[in-house]
Amino acid sequence: MKRKLLSAMLCAVLAINGSPVAMAATKVSDGVVKIGVLTDMSGTYSDLAGPGSLLAVQMAVQDFVAREKPGFKVEVISADHQNKGDISANKAREWIDTEKVDAIIDLVTTSTALAVMKVAKEKNRITIVSGAASTPITNEQCTDTNVHWTYDTYALAVGTGRAVVKQGGKNWFFLTADYAFGKALEKDTTDVVLENGGKVLGRVLHPFPAQDFSSFLLQAQSSGAQVIGLANAGNDTINSIKQAAEFGVTPKQSLAGLLMFITDVHSLGLKATQGMYLTTGFYWDMNEETRAWSRRFFEKKQRMPSMVQAGDYSAMYHYLKAVKAAGTDDTKTVMAKMKEMPVNDFFAKNGKIRDDGRMIHDMYLAQVKKPEESKYPWDYYHIRQVIPADQAFTPLSKSKCPLVKK
Amino acid sequence: MTEIFGVPIQALFGQLLIGLINGSFYAVLSLGLAIIFGLLNIINFAHGAQYMMGAFLAWIGMTFLGVNYWWALMLSPLAVGVTGVIIERTMLRWLYRLDHLYGLLLTFGLALIVEGLFRYKFGISGESYPVPETLAGGINLGFMFLPKYRAWVVVASLVVCFVTWYVIERSKLGSYLRAGTENPQLLQAFGVNVPLMITLTYGYGVALAAFAGVLAAPIFNVNPVMGSNLIIVVFAVVVIGGMGSIMGSIVTGIGLGLIEGVVKSGMVANLLGAIFDEVPIVGSIVYPVKLLFSPEASAVTIFVIMAIVLLLRPAGLFGRER
Repeated sequence: MKRKLLSAMLCAVLAINGSPVAMAATKVSDGVVKIGVLTDMSGTYSDLAGPGSLLAVQMAVQDFVAREKPGFKVEVISADHQNKGDISANKAREWIDTEKVDAIIDLVTTSTALAVMKVAKEKNRITIVSGAASTPITNEQCTDTNVHWTYDTYALAVGTGRAVVKQGGKNWFFLTADYAFGKALEKDTTDVVLENGGKVLGRVLHPFPAQDFSSFLLQAQSSGAQVIGLANAGNDTINSIKQAAEFGVTPKQSLAGLLMFITDVHSLGLKATQGMYLTTGFYWDMNEETRAWSRRFFEKKQRMPSMVQAGDYSAMYHYLKAVKAAGTDDTKTVMAKMKEMPVNDFFAKNGKIRDDGRMIHDMYLAQVKKPEESKYPWDYYHIRQVIPADQAFTPLSKSKCPLVKK
Repeated sequence: MTEIFGVPIQALFGQLLIGLINGSFYAVLSLGLAIIFGLLNIINFAHGAQYMMGAFLAWIGMTFLGVNYWWALMLSPLAVGVTGVIIERTMLRWLYRLDHLYGLLLTFGLALIVEGLFRYKFGISGESYPVPETLAGGINLGFMFLPKYRAWVVVASLVVCFVTWYVIERSKLGSYLRAGTENPQLLQAFGVNVPLMITLTYGYGVALAAFAGVLAAPIFNVNPVMGSNLIIVVFAVVVIGGMGSIMGSIVTGIGLGLIEGVVKSGMVANLLGAIFDEVPIVGSIVYPVKLLFSPEASAVTIFVIMAIVLLLRPAGLFGRER
């Protein structure tokens, strides 16, 4: 229904604004640029991505059509990838073959992102990963048809890992979600901890998703480490933090939430999360621009956007701009254009897509406010440090992506 | 420090205690399922959703109405129990004479609807329910830090389980219930209102789920899928214990919690490794078994046990062949 409404709206806009000259200039296959939002619609990541990601993409399309008046139609469809690689790969194949989808965006788990990237590469379509975080996406498994937009495990490690070690948290123990993402996050953080003179005392893997973390927390507790690094996400992180307080792990030992979203902080409350450091690609309350966009999002969703959702908007707008500038939706040409144009919007300033598909932009080290410091709803973070784009992501010299010319 | 197969003895005690805590959750939940199955012949797949409703009602009560934990512990199961009564009266009663599968499908559908509604309203990240003041903090046992609240959970669960068992197996009311399972027509002929008894039994089973939900609220994040994560495990518990067996579900629930604790400590994997790793050929055959009993595969352990039990005793450990 929404899709119909949206396309009807777009047609109406085009009927009024679309000039025949522009129509002729843009060679878009099937006369329409079709976007597929493939995300976790109902599972553990559906608050930080899910329906909110779909909304962000729809907002980007509406804004783009209204502002840039392109000579082509844009259509958005969506599906639930259930965080499973096989389901997402099948959906991607179906979308590309029968629905003629040009680009697939969001992809919240590493397993789904890698599966869909492979299908898209084979079928020559674009993928934009905003939700998943593992560094292999732009290293060993990089493709020339993919862009990794919002953040990755390297950036998280550099931000949070370094900050915590510098605060004196030298001895670490990891509580790691037992799948690709958790392991990548643990590995990247371990590197940063060791580089900065810290030590890793051990780790324990937990099944994904899990409810009860007490067994694992006990092991972390008996390790005697100063810092327990939570290499997990979503509800797993929420439950780990909650139960760590219950078992007296905190405040004796401190927790480092290596991937925390504003939705997690909102759910746990400031009392449980105050003082924690986290790395984020976006915070709604940074400046006028971020506030303006986030409030529009809030009006529709009754929640402030996560960095994944803000990244979806930014990426979608950039993609559509590239299609317009290239005058075609041909994958290779559009990718070249996307890499050529800088990204300048509320999300990123002078963002740039590198050869390995990594979009580099400033990241932020945030600290969660104390309850008494929070003055209005969703007033959750102090931004403690801006991590410049060239330091936030894996340097190209260390890249393992075959596309990078050294 | 004394170690048993590479696991410090303190850590083992800690894990066993945690196993006991989780086991008492399993026991309360599987007890409700067993009662419902025993008397109604319904495989209540909505049990997880009803557990979640219990937790959510407690949270809603606290946030919007100022109802404290202790009241919630009574009112929330009551309210959810009433919804159970309504479901039994309006829907389930039509299915008693049909195959088990229909009851399963109906309750499964209901669970999906309820979870969907809560997800739509509250989102997936869920809400935080604080530990009640009187039970905050914990006791240092030397080998581990035991949160007072968890100790309370074990006590409360065991009391509820024991009372339920006593009522069903030892009291006059219980003898009616058991008679109703054996031969409802005959019992009706003696002037007992069997349909009402069945309705109330379902209501009670559901209330048990909600009770476990309120107990869980301060421990786990209260979210719409908290039940569906747990329900599969609880079903495995019921199957292992023997469908419909009251004592079976209590003992199996606690027992499996303990086994899970031992597996999570890594002892089983270490033990298998110590015995078989050096033995040629056998070592590589045992290797996958070792993986199945490693801490990161602890979510699978119960199902492995279920498969073994079903192969050896299809009616479950405490079940009777019908």
